[in-house]
Amino acid sequence: MIGASLGALVSHWRRQPGQFATLILGLALATALWTGVQAINAEARSSYAAAANALGGSAEEFVRPGGAFTTEDFVTLRRAGWRVSPVLEGWLPAERGRVRLIGLDPLTAPPGTGAADVAIETPLEFLTGAGQILAAPPTAARLGSGQGAPVVAVDGLAPGLAFADIGIAGRLLGRSGEIDRMVLHPEQVTGLAKPSGLVSGLERQRPATAEDLARLTDSFHLNLTAFGFLSFAVALFIVHGAIGLAFEQRRVVFRTLRTLGLPVRLLVILLLLELLAIAVVAGGLGVGLGYLIAAALLPDVAATLRGLYGATVEGTLTIAPLWWGLGFAIAILGTGVAAAGALWKVARLPLLAPARPRAWARGSATTMRAQLASSAVLGAAALVAGLTGGGLVAGFVLLGALLLAAALALPAILAGVLSLGARFARRPLAEWFWADTRQQLPGLSLALMALLLALSANIGVGTMVSSFRLTFLGWLDQRLAAELYVSAEDARQAAALLDHLDGRVTALPIWGVDADIEGAPGEVYSVADHTTYRETWPLLSALPGGWDRVAAGEAAMINEQLARREGLVPGDEVALPGGALTIAGVYSDYGNPLAQALVSPATFVVRFPDADRTDFGLRVAPEDADALRRALTEEVGIDPGRIVDQEALKAVSRQVFERTFAVTGALNVLTLAVAGFAILTSLLTLANMRLPGLAPVWALGLTRARLAGVELLRAVLLAALTALAALPVGLLLAWVLLAVINVEAFGWRLPMHLFPGQWAALFALSLLAAALAALWPARRLARRPAADLIKVFAHER
Amino acid sequence: MTETDLPLALESVTKTFAGPDGPLPVLSGVSLALGAGETLALTGESGSGKSTLLHLAAGLETPDSGAVLIDGADIAALDDAGRAAIRRERLAIVFQQFNLIPSLDVAANVAFQARLAGRHDPDWTARLLERLGLADQARKYPEVLSGGQQQRVAIARALAPRPGLVLADEPTGNLDEDTGDRVLDLMLELVAEANAALLLVTHSSRLAERAGARAHLSHGVLA
Amino acid sequence: MNAKPVLFLALGVVMALSGPARPQGFAGLGQNADGFALPAPDPVFRFPEDHGSHPDFRIEWWYLTANLWDAEGRAYGAQWTLFRNALAPEGGTGWDTPQIWMGHAGLTTETDHYAAERFARGGIGTAGVVAEPFEAWIDDWQMTGPWLSDITVTARGADFAYRLDARSTRPFVPQGAGGYSVKSPDGQASYYYSQPFYEVTGTLTLPQGEVAVTGTAWLDREWSSQPLSEDQTGWDWFALTLPGDEKLMAFRVRREAGADYIVGTWIAADGTPSPFDPGDIAATPLATTDVGGGAVPTTWRLEIPARNLDITVAAVNARAWMDTSISYWEGPVTFEGSHAGYGYLEMTGYE
Ligand SMILES: Nc1ncnc2c1ncn2[C@@H]1O[C@H](COP(=O)(O)OP(=O)(O)OP(=O)(O)O)[C@@H](O)[C@H]1O
Ligand SMILES: [Mg+2]
Repeated sequence: MIGASLGALVSHWRRQPGQFATLILGLALATALWTGVQAINAEARSSYAAAANALGGSAEEFVRPGGAFTTEDFVTLRRAGWRVSPVLEGWLPAERGRVRLIGLDPLTAPPGTGAADVAIETPLEFLTGAGQILAAPPTAARLGSGQGAPVVAVDGLAPGLAFADIGIAGRLLGRSGEIDRMVLHPEQVTGLAKPSGLVSGLERQRPATAEDLARLTDSFHLNLTAFGFLSFAVALFIVHGAIGLAFEQRRVVFRTLRTLGLPVRLLVILLLLELLAIAVVAGGLGVGLGYLIAAALLPDVAATLRGLYGATVEGTLTIAPLWWGLGFAIAILGTGVAAAGALWKVARLPLLAPARPRAWARGSATTMRAQLASSAVLGAAALVAGLTGGGLVAGFVLLGALLLAAALALPAILAGVLSLGARFARRPLAEWFWADTRQQLPGLSLALMALLLALSANIGVGTMVSSFRLTFLGWLDQRLAAELYVSAEDARQAAALLDHLDGRVTALPIWGVDADIEGAPGEVYSVADHTTYRETWPLLSALPGGWDRVAAGEAAMINEQLARREGLVPGDEVALPGGALTIAGVYSDYGNPLAQALVSPATFVVRFPDADRTDFGLRVAPEDADALRRALTEEVGIDPGRIVDQEALKAVSRQVFERTFAVTGALNVLTLAVAGFAILTSLLTLANMRLPGLAPVWALGLTRARLAGVELLRAVLLAALTALAALPVGLLLAWVLLAVINVEAFGWRLPMHLFPGQWAALFALSLLAAALAALWPARRLARRPAADLIKVFAHER
Repeated sequence: MTETDLPLALESVTKTFAGPDGPLPVLSGVSLALGAGETLALTGESGSGKSTLLHLAAGLETPDSGAVLIDGADIAALDDAGRAAIRRERLAIVFQQFNLIPSLDVAANVAFQARLAGRHDPDWTARLLERLGLADQARKYPEVLSGGQQQRVAIARALAPRPGLVLADEPTGNLDEDTGDRVLDLMLELVAEANAALLLVTHSSRLAERAGARAHLSHGVLA
Repeated sequence: MNAKPVLFLALGVVMALSGPARPQGFAGLGQNADGFALPAPDPVFRFPEDHGSHPDFRIEWWYLTANLWDAEGRAYGAQWTLFRNALAPEGGTGWDTPQIWMGHAGLTTETDHYAAERFARGGIGTAGVVAEPFEAWIDDWQMTGPWLSDITVTARGADFAYRLDARSTRPFVPQGAGGYSVKSPDGQASYYYSQPFYEVTGTLTLPQGEVAVTGTAWLDREWSSQPLSEDQTGWDWFALTLPGDEKLMAFRVRREAGADYIVGTWIAADGTPSPFDPGDIAATPLATTDVGGGAVPTTWRLEIPARNLDITVAAVNARAWMDTSISYWEGPVTFEGSHAGYGYLEMTGYE
């Protein structure tokens, strides 16, 4: 019985290969987008873990806040019995973002230090002479040659990191004899002398863990996850539609089977089995697709994470078996969610209910009312989340509720508009057009909801990115006011530089140091008392005479993210190494995840005597910039690579910016594509069911071509209405992104700008998408043999 | 009135379909003429080609050879748009089922073709509805009507534009005998009133007797 | 796996006899001998200079083993070793100095065995040897004294520590042919002298507490540049104290094919050495103990017919396994038979 029943059920798909393909593809797409995003996140997380464990995952380390240790400090501790290993860190220039260099001592490195195990196999090459830089193959490829030491690709090293002997690293980074931190061997002898008594300024701390890195980049990953989820939801609309229709069309079969004695439980089980098989097939396809998506997007994501957060991630994807499993799980889960309603109906199907696929497509006013009610509830939830909730999660709840509410309200809104259209129609064909469009609405509404989601997301994200870009570029202009930026090799060259300029050209010191601000990692910069800052620095708020107070050494300027995070306003105090300072002002500092403070050069020198003071911004008339650059190279002997002009610096900043949003853009396009696919499949599915509606009109004297034109128009009209509805939703979304999510995720609030040109383009694009999606069914209709239409009048369909 | 100006004339019409076991000749040299106000009942066994003949007469299909003339115009010489125009303006069809446009209510359905043809006469339409006992159903949608009601709507719609030719393919085939008889009577009455020509396809000789003339289709030829 | 062992395969003569398991290690590092000084026959040692390090030789060690007893007569053994391995024949200061140091400390009781290990770079000061006043150190482990005949030796690991004062009034004893010790029939050799006559007092720190001990110690100084033949699979080294304060050193180099190479030195109580030729000594394992992943012979029969010596040597604690990056067996022994006494046994290449 089971075999025969299953055969009868499955035969449906043989007769409806298009529907089957829709189902599989929809499910595969849902799985693909979701798993793709998850794969990217997983890859990044594993990179963080690898980076955190690059030194054996040491439990503790010694640091000297605000300064470095010397080799002698290390020897002192070792000779006192402390099993410590020195680490010196810095950055190496590389293609598509810098690479973090870890200088280590392979002989004392804690167990589990992968790089040390490799290094020790060729000790002579690694420790002496030019040394070696070890890196995972993709990182090694980015480093290329010309690093001052040969780069050796080694499988299994933490991606995005480079390793060299500490002596070699000292030379490469220009910091010979320095040690940033000393990691402790997990096994220590007890009863040793207190280390802080042996080496001044020494503090013991837990090193950065994978969680620390993950926390910093959490907002970014949450963004990706939200997008993945959105795409998943959009694609599930397709699946839901396909499954619902297939079940409805098979009601006759269900009824017959049950009449023939198949228990309803067994029927449901068989259907579950069928769905499981479909989910597994689609899941496999989806995971494969997801891999491709992830592999295509990861290079940009990695570049963003490196550029924006200094995280060490490479653009190559490694697949974990767990990830495959999760892909299948999400496919099965998605199928379950999409099919739950249909299955429930089957379980409660009265034996004599007639098959009414058209009724299914038409839906009912009740459904619409229910949708409207859920929409209201979700809207209220969004309002509550927006008003009361703080934090990123509340922000995303707000976003999700908002989008879903809008999607659920869409059919009712469209129905209203179409009724209005019908009221104003005068000609019979027009009347029929409006009435028929309205009747088709429920069948298309899932696809239209998907389109609404995709379009709103597009408008919202587009507005956010464009607002950000506009603000960012303006801000760059303010921030990069100097014409030339010079980085001298050492103090001696810096002195020679100032000597050469001799006051003829203003040199603004740009001295910075990594330091704890309000107890969290941040950076402190010096800022000269100069009109450049007074006139152009992008201040959001300031005390009167703020710059004077900074110049007097009694105050500091802080960046927006620090002010928001700690709830600081001008006039408050900010805790800095060497004592708190009054906050003179708050400035915007986009693209920087760290807290930052500006102090006067005098204050800087006193508080950070060891910091490098070799970087300067030079104010020079733009036409003299080239001459000055030549003079600095030829007369002061500064390497041309150490002089950057404003334009080049801006170009680099813009590049980082564009990369940051490249992924968002790509996902945006994908989501839109999925929505387009949803429309196409819905139209195709409906095309067959529409014949009984179209055949009488044809018989009454309309050509097939004309009918096809009307069908095309109908799709375009619905898309147009949906796009119009998407506009306010998208703008609301943009506002949430700019005013809620960005503040929570990055710590800065951006002004919102409107881009009607973008909307027009998107509007045109969605019309085009709908027209393209409708074109195929319409063409099929136009070319349909008359016999197909005639059959309508002769057979029960 | 010459023969070519007759509402409907078929001259040696042949039609062959591609069947699963090779070509399937359905009509082989069928000729008939139907003048204004005339009614012709076409009978024949199931599968004998009655519907095919009617579809040809309606311009829904074209003959393989021979000519189908509607008001003297050869439908084979027309393009799709021309045939559509003829369907719109010259004739009306009533099928066994699925005659109605599901998205329009009864009134709109009835008026639809007349308005398409630009010959909407509200008084005549109202009278038709009245005569067919549909006055109370005007605002209802087809799906809630019974089979007999649906067929009456289809007849009203067919007659609303006052067509010169009415083609009906087993219009009462889906109805029980009593209802079928009543609907058919109404139709004959109204067709006569409109002075239209009627080609009525049926396999019931009882119904065929009510028509002015009878023709029997067998083995592709009329008897 | 920790990769440090691979590096220290270069230690060659004694430690690196883990042999065929890592032939590339031998080949790769061994053939890198270019530029290293080579031992030559008939050396003339100059003290105290030769107690210091010889950076132009590839490998070198300061190797002290001590047999100790507490007041109750319980036996203990202590080992303190500093190995130097040169990547290139250069000394100097700074991170890029091609000298690498390794320290091993062992402490054996009748029931337990403790081991610790340290690594260090030459050139920066975490390890080194100065001839006068004598000081050898790695991290906080030290062997210091005014001179090498009067030293204080300290080491500590996570669960043990010791401090030994060792003094000798008798001369350093050249091994092999006047300090030129041949290691194989192929002719590989090292410079090798010993101080087998230390009198020791000291304190051991065990998890149970401190133990005051007295006893004797034996220091080996050896340096060379030559890798061993590839077919040598390990070695067994005996340093024994005979009745009448005479000393016996014997080592057996095991070979994959062919006869083992066994030589040694009989040292009179005044320090006069009498070297043996291959064939003079026979060493036969009698019983093994499964420890550290292999069966290690912990009871031996040692025969020197020319000296009427026929003894059975047995470990004080058969589980004296040094579980360091290169692992080996090293611990105190006692013997009886024609002669009775005590000493130290080292066996490599059994893991
Ligand atoms: N589009 C088509 N393709 C192939 N064969 C067709 C097609 N339409 C009709 N036929 C065949 O032509 C023959 C005549 O069909 P038609 O529908 O005209 O018969 P009918 O006389 O109307 O029968 P009934 O009384 O059952 O309605 C039948 O054998 C039918 O199978
Ligand atoms: Mg028929």
